[in-house]
Amino acid sequence: MANEVCFRTLEYLKQPWELEEYKSRGGYEVLTHILKNKVGPSEVVETMKASGLRGRGGAGFPTGLKWSFISRNAPGQKYVVCNSDEGEPGTFKDRDILRYNPHQLIEGMVIAGYAIGATVGYNYIRGEFWEEYERFEAALEQARAAGFLGDNLLGSGFDFQLHSHLGGGAYVCGEETALLESIEGKKGQPRFKPPFPAHFGLYGRPTIINNTESLSSVPVILKEGGEWFKELGVENSGGSKLFSISGNINNPGVFEVPLGTPFSELFELVGGMKDGRKLKAVIPGGCSSPVIPGEQMMDLTMDYDAIQKAGSMLGSGAIVIIDDQQCMVKMLDRMSYFYHEESCGQCTPCREGTGWLWRVVNRIENGKGRQEDLDLLESVCGKIAGRTVCALGDAAAMPVRGMLKYFQEEFQYHIDHKRCMVGAGPTKGLG
Amino acid sequence: MTDELVTIEVDGRELKAKPGTMLIDVTDAAGINIPRFCYHKKLSVSANCRMCLVEVEKVPKPLPACCTPVNEGMKVSTRSPMALGAQKGTMEFLLINHPLDCPICDQGGECELQDVAVGYGSDVSRYSEAKRVVPQRDIGPLIATDFTRCIHCTRCVRFGAEIAGVRELGATGRGEHMTIGTFVEKSVDSEMSGNVIDLCPVGSLTAKPSRYKARAWELTQHDSVAPHDSVGSNIHVHTRNNRVVRVHPKENESINEIWLSDRDRFSYEGLNSEDRLTQPMVRKNGEWQEVEWQEALEFAVKGLQSAAGSDGDQLATLVSANSTLEELYLAQKLTRGMDSGNIDHRLRQSDFRLDGNDSPVPGLGITIQGIESLDAALLVGSNVRKEQPIIAHRLRKAAKSGAKVSFINPLWIDLHFEADQFVSTPAVMVDNLASIAKAASAKLTGNLAKLVKAAEVSETAKSVAEQLKSANNGVIMLGNQAAAHPDYSLLVVLASAIAEATNTSLSYIPALSNSVGAALAGALPHRGPAASLVEKCGANAQMMQSKPRKAYLLMGAEPGFDFWDPSLINSALDQAECVVALTAYHSESLASCADVMLPIAGFAETSGTLVNAEGTWQSFNGLVKPQGDARPAWKVLRVLGNLLDIDGFDQNSSDDVLEELKSHAAETAIDNSVSTKTAGELNSSTEGLYRIGDVPMYASDALVRRASSLQRTNSAEPAAVRLSANQAKSSDVEEEETLVVVQDGNRAQLPLIIDPRVPDGAVWISSALPGTEKLGGQFGVVTLEKA
Amino acid sequence: MKILNNPLQARNKEEIFSEEIRQDIDCWIAKYPPEWKQSAVMAALRIMQDDNGGWLTTELMDDVAEYLDMSPIHVYEVATFYSMYELKPVGKHKICICTNIACMINDSDSIVKHLKKKLEIGFGEVTEDGRFSLKEVECLGACGGAPMFQIGRKYYENLTPQVVDSILDGLE
Ligand SMILES: Cc1cc2nc3c(=O)[nH]c(=O)nc-3n(C[C@H](O)[C@H](O)[C@H](O)COP(=O)(O)O)c2cc1C
Ligand code: SF4
Ligand code: FES
Ligand code: FES
Repeated sequence: MANEVCFRTLEYLKQPWELEEYKSRGGYEVLTHILKNKVGPSEVVETMKASGLRGRGGAGFPTGLKWSFISRNAPGQKYVVCNSDEGEPGTFKDRDILRYNPHQLIEGMVIAGYAIGATVGYNYIRGEFWEEYERFEAALEQARAAGFLGDNLLGSGFDFQLHSHLGGGAYVCGEETALLESIEGKKGQPRFKPPFPAHFGLYGRPTIINNTESLSSVPVILKEGGEWFKELGVENSGGSKLFSISGNINNPGVFEVPLGTPFSELFELVGGMKDGRKLKAVIPGGCSSPVIPGEQMMDLTMDYDAIQKAGSMLGSGAIVIIDDQQCMVKMLDRMSYFYHEESCGQCTPCREGTGWLWRVVNRIENGKGRQEDLDLLESVCGKIAGRTVCALGDAAAMPVRGMLKYFQEEFQYHIDHKRCMVGAGPTKGLG
Repeated sequence: MTDELVTIEVDGRELKAKPGTMLIDVTDAAGINIPRFCYHKKLSVSANCRMCLVEVEKVPKPLPACCTPVNEGMKVSTRSPMALGAQKGTMEFLLINHPLDCPICDQGGECELQDVAVGYGSDVSRYSEAKRVVPQRDIGPLIATDFTRCIHCTRCVRFGAEIAGVRELGATGRGEHMTIGTFVEKSVDSEMSGNVIDLCPVGSLTAKPSRYKARAWELTQHDSVAPHDSVGSNIHVHTRNNRVVRVHPKENESINEIWLSDRDRFSYEGLNSEDRLTQPMVRKNGEWQEVEWQEALEFAVKGLQSAAGSDGDQLATLVSANSTLEELYLAQKLTRGMDSGNIDHRLRQSDFRLDGNDSPVPGLGITIQGIESLDAALLVGSNVRKEQPIIAHRLRKAAKSGAKVSFINPLWIDLHFEADQFVSTPAVMVDNLASIAKAASAKLTGNLAKLVKAAEVSETAKSVAEQLKSANNGVIMLGNQAAAHPDYSLLVVLASAIAEATNTSLSYIPALSNSVGAALAGALPHRGPAASLVEKCGANAQMMQSKPRKAYLLMGAEPGFDFWDPSLINSALDQAECVVALTAYHSESLASCADVMLPIAGFAETSGTLVNAEGTWQSFNGLVKPQGDARPAWKVLRVLGNLLDIDGFDQNSSDDVLEELKSHAAETAIDNSVSTKTAGELNSSTEGLYRIGDVPMYASDALVRRASSLQRTNSAEPAAVRLSANQAKSSDVEEEETLVVVQDGNRAQLPLIIDPRVPDGAVWISSALPGTEKLGGQFGVVTLEKA
Repeated sequence: MKILNNPLQARNKEEIFSEEIRQDIDCWIAKYPPEWKQSAVMAALRIMQDDNGGWLTTELMDDVAEYLDMSPIHVYEVATFYSMYELKPVGKHKICICTNIACMINDSDSIVKHLKKKLEIGFGEVTEDGRFSLKEVECLGACGGAPMFQIGRKYYENLTPQVVDSILDGLE
């Protein structure tokens, strides 16, 4: 049941990124069908709705519903934007799509454009992904030459231009409105919402913006039908999903499995813990999702509801598996530093709060923590979460709360003994 | 959106508002205060400070009032525990990196951060780490910076992008490292830059000239009117110990909104200049002596009487249009009382051929606010951005909402909005306007009909004519350099005919703060108060100089700097028997030619009235005592009138003078009608090198010329000869070479600057700058010699 | 003649960059609506940075501003916001090592230590011979190959001190 959607062609092909090979496994058939038979755009949107596909970028918003916010017949330019900024620590699935299956993404974007009446698309690729960008560019060239991109596609009268835009190194540009600002040649500072991109998006025009994986799923969904896709997964979590799995494991990588697959199966898939260590904790949905203790994780299935019930988030499907040698204080120190470093700086709670969080965690890590620090962390989190322009603020607060919830004793130990509780060696400040 | 109002409830009060309005606008209108830092009603919403968080029923988290649109039935609490908690939380974050240096901060007492912080009580911040320190940068002589205090509201950045039209300040860096500034060592040069001082809620941007001069609570605030350009921006003058310490804008939506040009804000420094005249002075045996008022007045009266007592025509009165209405009225009354018609305020005009057929009370003809709704404007001879910054700001708004703006100018100008510029030597400017007249099929007669007939209709002329024709609301505006143009009469008649043919209106942008008032007061040789025609026309400013008189009365004008042709006025004054000068300054330029100098009150030291470009009368009080023994000019004129035995000089206050003038002129409106369709021959020529002499922004009057901080800005450039690279080549001169400029036999040595803004065939030598006070007219043929 | 802020004082666009660079930047400009030339600012900065040995000077940023009709401060804002732009000289090979969580728990510390010792530089520094500089970066989206770094445009994954040695030895 694995590799049904985004990785559907990979195992059969030697160079699945080449147009001819992609076509040999049915690539561009759906697009051709839609264009040749003038399938109604609303039918496309309906199928997407029926599929139950939830945005794979992290927020999990239903993709079909998002598309339906745009009225196809409204005059003026509209845009389709793909979010390949992949910056959430632990996530590395979109990179695999870009380098192994770029045509499926292109096909998905053209269909999205057709569905909402957009004639121009941009794929925002994070700046560090140079090799993936070149691979994607090559695919664009092939698609243009084959008439899948450009004017009057396959004689249908529908035009679609697709370009890549390279980022410059800023996690926050993964936030959809920061990403739009960035394409507009500005600093990547998120916009306040409303208005949402569907009304005021790129260059002020109606825009849909979706994650690479979401858009790559589109051709398969339209080919196999919404119901088929939905059935792959479980209630409220349709389809299969790419999981980026990393950490202290034997066989890290990206795996496509149906949503609802037990974590324990995935754990087996990645060959279990490295060096015979013990599973301690799991970050189930990227750095921003609260950590879950290992034993609890072993009982969970990988779908939106189950993970949420456990107090965390499926997020981008980035699973970081942590062994018993890791110090959670040190981990949180590094994570908090990340948000502090990546805050765009425009809104007060995030600009000032992320730095504060990090400094407090950092002093605990370095043996300078005070007893009141644990309450302080909780209180600062409370002043950030829900009060910022974009969700980076929430993302900074969530891991702190998660760590304090399950691993408070490690923090307490650091404060009391000015050293680390676990065996991975002394921490920086103590060595 | 429908017109129907929605009802919302805020803190238990029911309020009505248009759906979609931002909550903060609704509460502001209702007088409910929600704290805010980034929100500003004149700027775009950035919603970044998160200070305005309030509780909205059924929403689990606090929402920012500045970017939350209202909708029916919304229930808001601005002071519930959730709202207050959120506001306090933001406050605590802001104070993390804000220095606690309020006692020495110039913003102390009027700091929005301080105000809000005090409101929440003095919880000590729990942040115990080191505060952020931001390296200091010098951004010029007007604005002091301490970015360590910055709270990143980005108002100043948005001001640059949205209002000033030039992005000079920015927010560089990311996250906690984000800093406001210029990033590189660079001064902020916009003519409106000082407004960021008002916008900055904390003490990060403060006024450099008034730095450490006084604490906010030691100042007394008075209302007044800015005394430079014809906008008449409303201001608050802050005084302490009988001195003007600083000037802030006073909100007046129909005039200056909340803005102020740097000239209006910082010129007060000139009040305290070293060369203020504080004691009357007379020249006895060639030596200047300080004397008592009585003696000086008698000396002046004797001088005037002996020179012009028997022949009124021997008296010439030349007054600055920055004088108050009351002063101008009395000056013309005194002149006419001495049986002279020779009074003029048009000191920077040289072509008076239209007098009699000219517009009776030239002014905008539309409101200042109305400029925003123009859809086409053709400006002739105007560097409006530097000359009347607020009018330029309104034009910019019009242009941003789609108005087509074009300029016919002798120089390329720096603009902050999109416009077409037709730049040529002064003579060709007339052709260009004629070309538009032809394209618009304007009706002209005589000489001008010939000129228009001969004009070639260029594509650009056609498109401008078309823009004007298709406009619902178009104007043709004549600016400072049109008024100084040797063929002003031709420009006016052409413009007026084009306006008529395109169904747009003719508009003048008056140069000085009371140019319109001067016309109403009758400070003109051919029109008395209320633009009444006089029986016997006096001599105009030009004639008073080219045919020297025996007696001169000068008010507020310095011969080397405030006249179209300094050499001409100087030679006229040199030949006179008696020159009486009412002046606030002991200037070199006056001392060399006057016989009596009577010290008059400067800006803010006298009461009076100014009439701005749109015709609004604005009166103000004297706010500080005149320096030394100086007296308000209206009083000096009144006493002179008494001593000269002229009737009607017994007013007890400037109000009395105003009432008297009002009885004539209260109903007199701006009248831009022109009663002729032809004009004389072209004065300007395309032969030889033609001088273009504008008046730089910070040289426009005696006060600003002495405002030391403004004089240190990049905009206050020293006098120079400017040529295009082409022209320099054909004149065989090189950059930085010192040249001798020869104009009508007068010589001045000036450095050469290659400047692409100058058209070939012309040489740009600004007037009103030291080094040019001996040269000839603002426009005219010059030759260049190597030094 | 449409003008904004006196283009007469501006240079002809051809004078700003070489033909080759212009072609490169113009390709990017062509992707965006004509009135949104500034969308190409990130690409233009990258192109100029590559052309200048890996870092941007104020003059280069000013050139980009002029070429794209932007105000210089706008370009500085962009160049200082994104972490891939360098405003100080870097080594011929800029080593960007990820120390974020997946790499950290796979002992990126030891790689960092090894690099610092081998190159005798710290983060943000350049080796004396100008060949290498070292930069700590956030997750590069290759956590499956942790620990990892990027040199120039290329990713190197599953690093060990030995692997690092052979990579560095293999570079020019
Ligand atoms: C700080 C931040 C970083 C984000 N980074 C990414 C990212 O790298 N990739 C991504 O697809 N979505 C990212 N998102 C989510 C996007 O804002 C957006 O929800 C998503 O691109 C929508 O696409 P989807 O509905 O297909 O998931 C991020 C959100 C936040 C707040
Ligand atoms: S939450 Fe952080 S990243 Fe998001 S807009 Fe605010 S400062 Fe920027
Ligand atoms: S005033 Fe609303 S967020 Fe700043
Ligand atoms: S954590 Fe290092 S590449 Fe993701």
